[in-house]
Amino acid sequence: MNIQTASRLSLLLLLAPLGLWLVVLIVLPHVDMFLISLHEKTAPRVFEYGTANYTEFFTEPLYWRTFTRTAVMSIMATTLTLLIGFPVSYYIAKMLRGRLKSFLFLLCLVPFWVSELVRTFGWMILLRESGVISNVLQWVGIAQGPVEMLYNDATIMIGLVYTSMLFMVVPLVSTLDSLDDSLVEAGYDLGGNAFTVLRRIIIPHAMPGIVSGCIVVFMLTLGNYLTPVLLGGKNSLWFTEMIYTQFITRFNWELGAAFGFLLLVLSSLIVWSGLKLSRQTLTETMG
Amino acid sequence: MIPSIPQPLGFRTAYGAYVALFFFYLILPLVVVATFAFNDSMFPSLPWGGFTLDWFFNDTEPRMGLFHDGRLLESIWTSFYIACWVTVLSVSVGVTNAFLFERRSFPFKNVLYMVMLLPLVIPGVILGISILVFSSTIANGMENNFGIDLEFLRPSTFLVVMGQFSFIATITTLIIAARLRKFDTTLEEAAQSLGASKLTAVWTITIPYLKPAIIGAAIVAFLMSFENFNTTLMLVGSDQPLTIAMYGRLREGSTPELNALSLLLMTASGGLALLSIFVQRDRK
Repeated sequence: MNIQTASRLSLLLLLAPLGLWLVVLIVLPHVDMFLISLHEKTAPRVFEYGTANYTEFFTEPLYWRTFTRTAVMSIMATTLTLLIGFPVSYYIAKMLRGRLKSFLFLLCLVPFWVSELVRTFGWMILLRESGVISNVLQWVGIAQGPVEMLYNDATIMIGLVYTSMLFMVVPLVSTLDSLDDSLVEAGYDLGGNAFTVLRRIIIPHAMPGIVSGCIVVFMLTLGNYLTPVLLGGKNSLWFTEMIYTQFITRFNWELGAAFGFLLLVLSSLIVWSGLKLSRQTLTETMG
Repeated sequence: MIPSIPQPLGFRTAYGAYVALFFFYLILPLVVVATFAFNDSMFPSLPWGGFTLDWFFNDTEPRMGLFHDGRLLESIWTSFYIACWVTVLSVSVGVTNAFLFERRSFPFKNVLYMVMLLPLVIPGVILGISILVFSSTIANGMENNFGIDLEFLRPSTFLVVMGQFSFIATITTLIIAARLRKFDTTLEEAAQSLGASKLTAVWTITIPYLKPAIIGAAIVAFLMSFENFNTTLMLVGSDQPLTIAMYGRLREGSTPELNALSLLLMTASGGLALLSIFVQRDRK
């Protein structure tokens, strides 16, 4: 066996697991999901191709309203996560040094190694009618009777922001960490105030981190199931829940597949436009 | 806004207080979950009924403790079994992918690298349903055309492993490739010029160098699999993994047994997380 064939062979051997994984578990399933979403039921177990499932989505207000609601709330949650997380990341990256810095950074990470289920459970114990906060409010005298704080949009938002925080703070801390202090000093020396320095120096420098944080947070929020369902209860109206209902409860896979495809299109569209707006590529952001 | 530039005291205090408040928000739910594991009451809520270890060790209904609850223990075993398979598969594929992308050049490499990243930006629920749809298509096709019933392609533990592997493999690839990128290839060449074959060189020089990344990736893969919910929900068969079983109990309304379980999970995953940080720390 000469060297060239050996090299060819080893390349093929390395390509095989990758190819199998991507083709069998990613590409073909999504193609198949798309094909199923184009199935129209004409009689039991008889199908023909058509766009009836998509028409149903656009004509049934419950479906497209839930879809829009999920998208809008995900964008809100992403913005909130960024606004809350940015000052904290900046504090960790630039205001602290040494031991305390690595300790606080670790402290940011540790809660997120814990299952999302446990975290959501914590919020349920805090916020429900017989929960901790309700009791504290009564004890202080602000509330007269038990207060139910679960099952509304604000609660869903609290839970979503909480769950996403890690994915915002980590990229932000690592980009802000690479900002040279002397650039900030130079900004002040040239007569800038805190606001202009933030706007002209810090934010442009942190842009890659902001973009990758926002993309990951948005995608995770859009696809989240646990937090909206457990904290929002019957009022959550989250699109992933609707997909679950079509698949598992109603056993209408054709419509469920169409929903899934629409969600995928929406999430890809937003990820793509986020990358375009900030002139970055997926490879730089994730790799 | 850096330490070398003086800021008014009021601003600094406010900023510090904000960060403190943030960490309070971060820790609060976890502390609450852990505390109520020891509450001597049927519900994980106030009033505080006193300290008890019943929710861990008691062996009679209605106050069944975690370590005597057969159904929960079984679901922990199921999750463990799934996580082991996912870890082995995704770390092996991660290693081959790392060598492929860091060492070889071939046509459409960049395109393939991008496709490899895609599972990270596909929502977990969608990964789950697409694999469910595809495997059913195959299973139905086999049954209708050949009369073969492929049970494992219906919602089952096998499908859960496949579903979780489909995106965890991307993460292990990224972790291992990042370390392989820093490897000095002259070390391999030195081994080869001393008479080792290419495979021996890789096995005795490169793989030991990659070990921290491999262990780190394995821990991450194990935890992500153990805690996964979205993808698992769509593919789960008759054996419920822990997250699915816990979710069911949460919706029914729960006893502090669930808090005890959560505390156990927190300790275990916190420990593993620290271990992975410790292992991956570079001895420069």
